[in-house]
Amino acid sequence: MGKMPKWADIILIPLISVLLALIVSGLVVLYIGENPLEAMAIMVRGAVGSAYGWGYTLYYATNFIFTGLAVAVAFHAKLFNIGGEGQAALGGLGVAIVCLTIPWPHWSIALIAATGGAAIFGALWALIPAWLQARRDSHIVITTIMFNYIASALLVYLLVNVFRVPGSMAPETARFAEQMHLPSAFDIVPWLGFRASTPLNIAFLLALVACVGVWVLIWRTRLGYEIRAYGHSQTAAVYAGINPVRIVMITMLISGGLSGLMAINAVMGEAERLVIDNVQGAGFVGIAVALMGRSHPVGVFLAALLFGALYQGGAELEFEMPAVSREMIVVIQALVILFTGALDNLVRMPMESLFLSLRRRPEAAAAGPVPKRTDAGE
Amino acid sequence: MTQIAPAIELKGISKSFGPVQANKDISLSIQPGTIHGIVGENGAGKSTLMSILYGFYKADAGEVFINGTLTPIPDSQAAIRAGIGMVHQHFKLVENFTVVENVILGAEDGAMLQPSIAKARKLLTELATEYGLDVNPDAIVEDLSVGHQQRVEILKQLYRQADILILDEPTGVLTPAEADQLFRILGRLKDEGKTIVLITHKLREIMDVTDTVSVMRRGEMTATVKTSETSPAGLAELMVGRKVLLEVNKQPVTPGPVVLEVSDLKVVDHAGVERLKGVSFSIRAGEILGIAGVAGNGQSELLEVLGGMRAATSGRVTLHGDPIDLTGQSSDGQSRRARGIAHVPEDRQAEGLIMPYEAWENVAFGYHHDPKYQINAILMNNAAIKADCADKMARYDVRPPNPRLPARNFSGGNQQKIVVAREMDRNPDLLLVGQPTRGVDIGAIEFIHEQIIALRDAGKAVLLVSVELDEILGLSDRVAVMFDGHIMGERLPDETDEKELGLLMAGMSETKGAA
Repeated sequence: MGKMPKWADIILIPLISVLLALIVSGLVVLYIGENPLEAMAIMVRGAVGSAYGWGYTLYYATNFIFTGLAVAVAFHAKLFNIGGEGQAALGGLGVAIVCLTIPWPHWSIALIAATGGAAIFGALWALIPAWLQARRDSHIVITTIMFNYIASALLVYLLVNVFRVPGSMAPETARFAEQMHLPSAFDIVPWLGFRASTPLNIAFLLALVACVGVWVLIWRTRLGYEIRAYGHSQTAAVYAGINPVRIVMITMLISGGLSGLMAINAVMGEAERLVIDNVQGAGFVGIAVALMGRSHPVGVFLAALLFGALYQGGAELEFEMPAVSREMIVVIQALVILFTGALDNLVRMPMESLFLSLRRRPEAAAAGPVPKRTDAGE
Repeated sequence: MTQIAPAIELKGISKSFGPVQANKDISLSIQPGTIHGIVGENGAGKSTLMSILYGFYKADAGEVFINGTLTPIPDSQAAIRAGIGMVHQHFKLVENFTVVENVILGAEDGAMLQPSIAKARKLLTELATEYGLDVNPDAIVEDLSVGHQQRVEILKQLYRQADILILDEPTGVLTPAEADQLFRILGRLKDEGKTIVLITHKLREIMDVTDTVSVMRRGEMTATVKTSETSPAGLAELMVGRKVLLEVNKQPVTPGPVVLEVSDLKVVDHAGVERLKGVSFSIRAGEILGIAGVAGNGQSELLEVLGGMRAATSGRVTLHGDPIDLTGQSSDGQSRRARGIAHVPEDRQAEGLIMPYEAWENVAFGYHHDPKYQINAILMNNAAIKADCADKMARYDVRPPNPRLPARNFSGGNQQKIVVAREMDRNPDLLLVGQPTRGVDIGAIEFIHEQIIALRDAGKAVLLVSVELDEILGLSDRVAVMFDGHIMGERLPDETDEKELGLLMAGMSETKGAA
């Protein structure tokens, strides 16, 4: 029996945290002389008030689902994978190589191949930090952060020197061939009002599949059982004959692969070519998403939706309220991360004692003598 | 009753943690200059009560009187001011500080250390002669034996001018001889007018040293009696609420062929310290070999090597004559289980169970490759595991019998029963058991001992490691004593006593160094 009912843990606490973050954001908006309620309305309308807004919100959410799941899986083994940014960048490289080297006849085959490419490249980028953690005890937080920088530098080098289209000034690859164009929301469900330019594409469905896949992995497979056991107690894992090196390596490969899959959405689905900085911070947002989603796929999905809406709503706000600058949007997003991630206990502890005191009364009244059955028969 | 005000008087203390009522309306009065014992099963509320007295917890209701005056104790600073000192079960010493530095820690007189150290050194010398609390003030604490470290804890309290000393399970880590010394010191402290509260689960200690004793059960103070007017059996009954068998009932069994043969086993740990220095022994079918010894003399490492948790440096171990791998390369806990070695580890919370895992998940722990727990190569058959768990819980009397309850929500005894059910139900050829009844209530101890005996009677070999001499003597067919990585000697339980084993445990033996 936990201290709180599950719904309070998963839904109520994040909601209160977000509310607190928005209140503080409102104070900031008030301070720069704008009306916070109006700003709020613009954000909400911009994010979910139209098919156009939904297209972007869900597009961003797709990115965050992948990176959030990546952090969540690693976190079940108590590994803090901060390297989503680099792993997703490398995933983009994998997608680009798959799509540029072979002229796939149809997008569906290309999608399967690119999914493999993205996952393998992302996973391989997590391999070295994983090995260093498993064998050399180098802390995975430090190594994955450093690998983000290496990935960024590597991509710049490759895009400038290897993949750049001859004669072009832009450090980006050539456009992927037309037949590899992934169906967008406009192609699939035009009657919902999506425009041809919407970035939302079929990768969103892939993200939903990934959510289900992670849920099965963590709670239904033997590997997931071992990953969680290792995460809770390494000593106990050794007692049970679970090989720690194997768990660290496999978990990080899965985590890196999930980060890499983000490129299916951003590189193959939206940009249709590999550009510099294709990840745009989604790797880091994934950390907040996993924290807020409590490393559960459903929580990650909901948190990713929230952050997608914040991104899209923030962009609209910046556009419609010139006094609110780009930096202000970042401040608001950071406040949400701060309150949902870092300051989780700020809300959690008072809520726990509240639930405890609520529970004590009815139970104290009901705590009469318990009828005792001594026969242990079925 | 004398007219002197009691040193400690508690009136109507209640404390609950969420739905759990740890202390229910407890009243207690302890006369100055006495040793008062508090006994009770795990979770009976002893520690909570003492933590309230020492200011760690705030009582929901009730009053504390010290020497007759109402004394609110909101924090441990207030407790210290009121003259209360506490010696914790796990020492709170800075290991790389000297004795005198530890003594003044938190009680320095000014910004400069030197005057305090000089004053403390003088006082330590006085205390050493007064109470027999000899400790070199300049020794580094980590170099001291456990018994001496405990003295430092007591000295710390005396330096803070404590008149009331609370000792929480003080003998858990001591040899019998060290325990005797401690009790002599406590006796002298009592003669000087100090009041001592002794929390323990060892009834023998209560009978030996206390003047009065209180029994706690399920958060309530069920009785306070004069020690001279009670007996161990009477106390046990008060603790559990029913008659309990303190002695183990076991029939003689003729041992069969050798199951486990260990020869010249050596282990060097990560820090380069040799933990096992050439250990040899054998266990036959239908035999319990008990390993006695003070904690930290290599018993844990022995269990870990045999259980596949740790690699050995050298040596040879055979099971039914076939060698088992000791390098850790081609063998681990999985392959040990496959060969019929089951392991009830010393620390069920850190090793034997995943505390956040629900009971059913823990029932599969270590056996999660068992085909009957799988749907296919990837998916586990959670329904089958839950059914198996429910079955085991019924047969091993785990309460509450709810497979969906996380392990951490069971009491210590029931947690241990889950581990015991999981390991023993596999009908292993060799059972490794470490501290099977540590932190387990008396009722569960009885049950677990019966299970171990039943396995032995079924012709299995059992290696029992325990720091409880009573347990070793009661269960074992042969007793080996470990000290400093050696086996100091083997005895038959009928032909030895606690005194002789105690000497071996302290490393004193005519067969010293023999393996």
